[in-house]
Amino acid sequence: MTRQGAQEESDNMLIDEPQLPQRGQIAALPDEFNPSYLKLYYSKLFPHADLYRWMSYGNDGKHPGCDSSYLVRREFSYTLDNDIFVRYNTFNSAAELENSIKEKCPLKIDIGPIYNLNPANRNAYAGDNVLTPVERELIFDIDMTDYDDVRYCCSGADVCLDCWPLMTVAIKVIDTSLRDDFGFRHILWVYSGRRGVHCWVCDRKARRLTNEQRAAVADYFRVYKGNENSNKKVTLMGQVLHPFLARSYTEVLKEYFETKLLTSQNILSSEERYEKILDMIPDQSIASELRAKWQDGRRSSSAKEDINIVRWEQLKQLVQRHKV
Amino acid sequence: MQVVRSHQSHSTFSSSTGSVSASPTLPLYRSAPELEVRLEDFESFAVDRLRVLKGISDGLSRGKKPDEMEKLVNELWKTNMRHQDSSQVLNKDIISHFVLRLVYCRTEELRKWFLSMESALFRHRFRNQTAEAQRAIMEEFDLPCKAVSNAEFESLKEKLGQVARSIGHNHSLPTADAIYYKVPFEEVPELVAGRKVFINQGYAYVAMNQVVSLVATIFRSLLSKALILTNRKWATSIREQEQHRLTPIVEALCSSYLGPDYSQPKEYGEISLKDIDQLAKSSFPLCMRHLYEKLREDHHLKHAGRMQLGLFLKGVGLNVDDSLAFWREEFSKKVGLEKFEKNYAYNIRHNYGKEGKKTDYTPYSCQKIILSTPGVGDHHGCPYRHFGEENLRAALSRMGVNSRAMEDVMGKVRNRDYQLACTLTFEALHAAPCDAGINHPNQYFSDSQKLLKAKKDSSA
Repeated sequence: MTRQGAQEESDNMLIDEPQLPQRGQIAALPDEFNPSYLKLYYSKLFPHADLYRWMSYGNDGKHPGCDSSYLVRREFSYTLDNDIFVRYNTFNSAAELENSIKEKCPLKIDIGPIYNLNPANRNAYAGDNVLTPVERELIFDIDMTDYDDVRYCCSGADVCLDCWPLMTVAIKVIDTSLRDDFGFRHILWVYSGRRGVHCWVCDRKARRLTNEQRAAVADYFRVYKGNENSNKKVTLMGQVLHPFLARSYTEVLKEYFETKLLTSQNILSSEERYEKILDMIPDQSIASELRAKWQDGRRSSSAKEDINIVRWEQLKQLVQRHKV
Repeated sequence: MQVVRSHQSHSTFSSSTGSVSASPTLPLYRSAPELEVRLEDFESFAVDRLRVLKGISDGLSRGKKPDEMEKLVNELWKTNMRHQDSSQVLNKDIISHFVLRLVYCRTEELRKWFLSMESALFRHRFRNQTAEAQRAIMEEFDLPCKAVSNAEFESLKEKLGQVARSIGHNHSLPTADAIYYKVPFEEVPELVAGRKVFINQGYAYVAMNQVVSLVATIFRSLLSKALILTNRKWATSIREQEQHRLTPIVEALCSSYLGPDYSQPKEYGEISLKDIDQLAKSSFPLCMRHLYEKLREDHHLKHAGRMQLGLFLKGVGLNVDDSLAFWREEFSKKVGLEKFEKNYAYNIRHNYGKEGKKTDYTPYSCQKIILSTPGVGDHHGCPYRHFGEENLRAALSRMGVNSRAMEDVMGKVRNRDYQLACTLTFEALHAAPCDAGINHPNQYFSDSQKLLKAKKDSSA
C-alpha cells in the first residue's frame, strides 16, 4: 500500500492495447491484466460506497457532532497509466470520490493520511511544513521475503502452500496481540496482491498514534535481530517469557512448527539444514551430541516416521535432560 | 529571567521556579525563572551544563548500559554543576537549562539533540530522588495513571510476576505492598517496546521502579513543545533585541560543541564519479566501504543503506547530478533504467533538497549510525557494533588492518567503544594518530584525505 512498498515491486503487468471484450470473444481472452478491464472493474465491482463510509469514520454529515471537513483532509494518491503518480487528491463527497476513480481508472490507489488542513490548499499558506499529518491508520506490511532465510521452498516473490503458513502464524500472533494486549478492535487483514499481507488497524486511538508509539508497537512484536553480517538470533533473556511470547508460543507457534513447518520445510533433513538449527543451541555440547547422532544418517527402528519429527524429538529430549 | 551586568551586584533570589518546586533538588523547568543573572554567569553556567550534556552524548554512543550511565551522569553533574555558594546550585541548574534552550531551539537537528540529552539527564536524576520526591513530581506532571486496585492486582499477580522475571527483576516480584500504576500504553512507549510491562486491553501495568520511564516521557514532550515556542520567540524578537549582548554568546555556544555537521561540503563536485572506487578503498570508513561494496555486488541497497551511503557521499562532495549517475549506474543493472528513474531518482533528489519539502538532509553522525537497527537484508549501521566478531575480523583484514592492530580494535569492540575501534582502524591504516577520535564518517574521510594529500605533497 505504501509508496515504499511500490518501489520494491517489479512490474510484471503486460499492457496491451485497450480492447473491450466482444460477445463471443470471452472465451478467447488472455489470462493477463489489461487496463481496459479497470473501467469494468470500477464501474461494476469496486466498493465505492463502502470505501467512502469507511474513510468517513462516521463523519457523513448525517448526525450532530460530524466534522464536515474530515474526509476532505484525507489524501488519495493515484498511480495512472504510464506510471504517472498523482498526489494530494481530495474529495468532498462520496459522489466526487466515485466519479474521480471511474474517470481516472487508476492502476493503484494509495490511501494517505488525514492532514491538519485540506491538502488542496497547501500552497495557500506561507512557511515550510504547514501541512502535517494528524491521523493515519496503524498499518503493518508483512512480506514473505522477510522469511527468506527460514523457508526452502520458495524465495523472493514466490509463495506456495508450504510457506504460506509462516504468514498465517504471523497473522494469528499479531492479531491476537493487537486485540488482547493493545485493545484494538477494528482490524482489517488483506492479501497485498503479491507476496504478503497488510493489516489496517482503524480504531480512533490507533489513527492518532505518534511515530514513537507506532514504533513501540512494532518493537513489542520484534524478536528477531541481525542479518547476514551478524549472527541472526532470537535472544530471549530471563528465566521466563513475557506473557505475550508465552501465549504466542502455546497458542500458535508450537503447533504450527511441529505439525506443519517442520516437515513441509524439511528443516532437519540434511546436514546443511540441521547445522543451522544446531548453531542456535547455546550449549554446544548438546549440539555436538546431536550432530554425532545424525551425521551418518542412520535411522533407527522408526524408519517410517518423518526424519524431521524424529530428530526434533531427539533435540527436545536432550535439551530437557540438560536443563534438569 | 533578567541578565545584568557584572558590576551590578546580583540580588539574592528565591529558589522558586515560578511555581513551588515539587522536588527540592530536581527542577522541572516548567517556566522561565524570576531570577537575575550576571552576564558572565549566563555563558559560564551554560558551558558547564553543556559539558554534562556532551558527556552524556558520548556515553550513549558508546552503548553504555543504564547503570554505567547513571554513574557517569552523577560524576558529570558533580564535577561541572557545582557552585561555591551552595545556595546557588539550584539556580545554576535552572539558569543553565534555560540558556541552553535558547542555544538549541534554533534548528530541528539541534532541538533533537538537546531534547535527547536533557531527557536522559532528567531520567537519571529522577532515579536518584527519594520516593517522596518522585511521587510529588508525578503529581506535578498530572500523570494519567491510577494505582491498581487490590482486586485487580490479585487477578493479575501471576502475569505481573512473569513480566518481572522475564526482565530479570526477580527481587521486585509483586507482593501485596507493591504499587503498580495502570496507564494507557501510549504513555509508556519505551516500556512497551522493550516488553518490560504487562499490557492488557490497551493498558500498561507499570511497576514503581519503571515509573521513571513514564515521567521521562512526559518531561520530554513538555520540553519539546517548549523548545518550539522558544524558537519562535527567539526568531521573532529575542535575537534582534539581543544582537549586541546575548545573541553572539548564544550563537557561539552551539558551534563550539557539536562540531561540523558536514551539511554544506565546501565545494560540491570536489570528487568525481571515477574517483569513488579508489576513494572507497583509501578513505572510506568501514561502514561506508561495506555499503559501497555491497552496492557494487548486488546492484541494490535497501532504503536505510541508500540513505546512509547517499548522504555520506553528499557530504564528501558528490553533487546531485553525479549522485544520480552513480546510483543509476548500479541500480539500472538490477532493476533497469526506467524503474530507476521512476522509483529511486526522486528520493535521491529529495536528499539534496530538490523535491518535496526541500529539507537538505545532513549526513549521519557515528552516534546516529550506531543507534540504528539493521535487519535482514540490510547493510547499514556500524560494523563495529552490528557485525559478528568473525565477519568484522574478515572485513578489517580485507581493509588491510594488521593482526596486532586487529586485537586492539577487537578489544575496543568488546568494550562497546565502537568509535574508538574505528579510530584505531584509522590509525592503523594511515600509520598516523587521530587524536580527536572519529565521531562522523565524513570526518574519517576528510582526515584521511588530508593525510594522503600531505603524503603525496611531501613525496613529490
